[in-house]
Amino acid sequence: MKHLDEYRDGDTARHVAAAIHREAEPGRLYRLMEFCGGHTHTIFRYGIEDLLPANVEMVHGPGCPVCVLPIGRLDMAIRMARRDGVILASYGDMLRVPGSKGQSLMKAKAEGADVRMVYSTMDAVRLAETNPDREVIFFAIGFETTTPPTALAVEAACSKRLTNFSVFCNHVLTPPAIGAILDAPAAGDADAVAIDGFLGPAHVSVVIGSQPYEVFAAHYGKPVAISGFEPVDMLQSILMLVRQLNEGRAEVENQYIRAVTRAGNVRAQRAMARVFQVLPAFEWRGLGSIPCSALRIRDEFAAFDAEHRFDEPYVPAEGTKSCECPAVLRGAKKPTDCKLFGQACTPETPLGSCMVSSEGACAAYYAYGRMRTPAA
Amino acid sequence: MNAPSRIAMRRLDLTTGRIDLTHGAGGRAMQQLIGEVFRPAFDNPILARGDDHGLFDVPAGRMAMSTDSFVVSPLFFPGGNIGSLAVHGTVNDVAMSGARVLYLSAGFVIEEGFPLADLQRIVQSMGDAAHAAGVTIVAGDTKVVEHGKADGLFINTAGVGIAPPGIEISGDRARPGDIILISGTMGDHGIAIMAHRAGLEFETTLESDSAALNGLVAAMVGAVPGIRVLRDPTRGGLAAALNEICHQSGVGMFLHEAAVPVKPDVIGACELLGLDPLNVANEGKLLAVAPAAYAGRLLDAMRDHPLGRDAVAIGEVTADPSRFVRMATRIGGERIVDWLAGEQLPRIC
Repeated sequence: MKHLDEYRDGDTARHVAAAIHREAEPGRLYRLMEFCGGHTHTIFRYGIEDLLPANVEMVHGPGCPVCVLPIGRLDMAIRMARRDGVILASYGDMLRVPGSKGQSLMKAKAEGADVRMVYSTMDAVRLAETNPDREVIFFAIGFETTTPPTALAVEAACSKRLTNFSVFCNHVLTPPAIGAILDAPAAGDADAVAIDGFLGPAHVSVVIGSQPYEVFAAHYGKPVAISGFEPVDMLQSILMLVRQLNEGRAEVENQYIRAVTRAGNVRAQRAMARVFQVLPAFEWRGLGSIPCSALRIRDEFAAFDAEHRFDEPYVPAEGTKSCECPAVLRGAKKPTDCKLFGQACTPETPLGSCMVSSEGACAAYYAYGRMRTPAA
Repeated sequence: MNAPSRIAMRRLDLTTGRIDLTHGAGGRAMQQLIGEVFRPAFDNPILARGDDHGLFDVPAGRMAMSTDSFVVSPLFFPGGNIGSLAVHGTVNDVAMSGARVLYLSAGFVIEEGFPLADLQRIVQSMGDAAHAAGVTIVAGDTKVVEHGKADGLFINTAGVGIAPPGIEISGDRARPGDIILISGTMGDHGIAIMAHRAGLEFETTLESDSAALNGLVAAMVGAVPGIRVLRDPTRGGLAAALNEICHQSGVGMFLHEAAVPVKPDVIGACELLGLDPLNVANEGKLLAVAPAAYAGRLLDAMRDHPLGRDAVAIGEVTADPSRFVRMATRIGGERIVDWLAGEQLPRIC
């Protein structure tokens, strides 16, 4: 299959991996963060770490939308779902994420709340059209990849004059989160995350382009390689970062040239700008409050903003004690550093968000990589 | 007892008629439904006696029995419908013991308003599937529930078969060193269903692989009586079936990703939906575990059968107290092949 087989080819992968082995300087540590959960998933699904030299280390980043949503926001969605007459439409990943007090959308659904799993925003709009006597709320989460479809859904609902469709917006932005990771922990801090370079996200960058990452190269001196999602893409991007570091360069390089340009998808950006505006600050699970890191629906579309239509206050909530999701999301700890991992916390009985989504580091590590953990 | 004579009534309208509550009420309307829809499709002397049970002789030996309920949505899909699936599913579950499958029962829960034409089509394909598989439907039941209490039609089938002497096939018999074989491509059924599910429609020419595997099993057991394990990887796909066997047998497994055949359409759809083909359901494939010494002969026997043409060896059983199914990935890394957490898509069968 075009654009799939060639990027999963074993010989090509081994060829690139051999170059990484050749070029990575012994005695030097290469700590590379893959920001995006899709990349984390690829690493484990294909066993990419088995092909890397020991001194090239992947640090898993927070780019898993399900994982970084604060519990208080999920609680709001659960309360919205439990309202009379409401259909809450959600991406499937969100259903099993634990909220506070052992709640989840899945449990609310079992108890009678009308929660529907949708694959696209337009399915949610269609639900509103076919259920005119119900309030349909779309639980929107995700980075810049899923934001344009939400914008189009709001515009579609507006032009169809739907009065029973709204969006609970939780869209977040990638560059501010990378900035927060680089800014947050001072060196020497117990929580410090040492990162030598970044693998930039694939789909997010299709939308925003490569330009927004230039600040991380220019001001923070961190090389960035924007990478496709297939294993050969990732190995090639890792090789690009190793070369940049060896040569003392810090640039934004684009491995994913088949889809990413410097300017990105301008039409998608315009759609986002029409419907959304940047919030002054947003609370991220694991990363805390980050300025200008999330979107809200513009006032002219307030009729489609679930937070405007339904009075559900945000109540900050704590996760399970001793759950290391926050540290895992910053790349400060590995899933196996958590006492709960694989014991109390498994994909069937998740205690933290990172164990739910297939893009979460804990879930990926558990499902694909736990043979690397010595038996407990 | 004589075969019941036809009750004098105007014939059912099998073109535009619909099921109503009287068809499940035990009265003449129900008798008419049985007489005009079920009995002609399942035609056999045991059923024709019209008793509340099927009465039949059984040869000496051990019996294998299984039951399965079918709630698939949509009811009709490329490659089959709920009726053929209900026959194949239970025939396969019984056949995985190595038994010769003989008899089935069929129970129907029908929603009020269900089109008689659809019912007849489904029942006829059940009859055809049973006939093709060489099994007889000897008992049945029909219930009608009010509108909104069932999504069209649910079917339960149960089946019995006779296990030949000397055959010992069970999920707890896999031993380190054994070879793991599969009969063909993985994930066809699940993706064919998903492609036609409301809200998920995508274009594909893919068909469900739904098929009765008892003929293939007979050929395999005939060639290699020492087969240790047979299983049809339905819900949860190959990954679930292999993990079940590892847990039953207390062993691990090691697979080679490059050896597992998956159709390009299935790979493409899995990419789109974020699925792993190894977690996607099959309804006409089986996996076998056999001692390495017999693996070649078994593979030949499988490939000689139309339903095993694409059979391949995909890995081997290992000694592993953790009971992991591990896999060498296409690119030369390694990973676990795990059970799927949560629900991929409800009502796949």
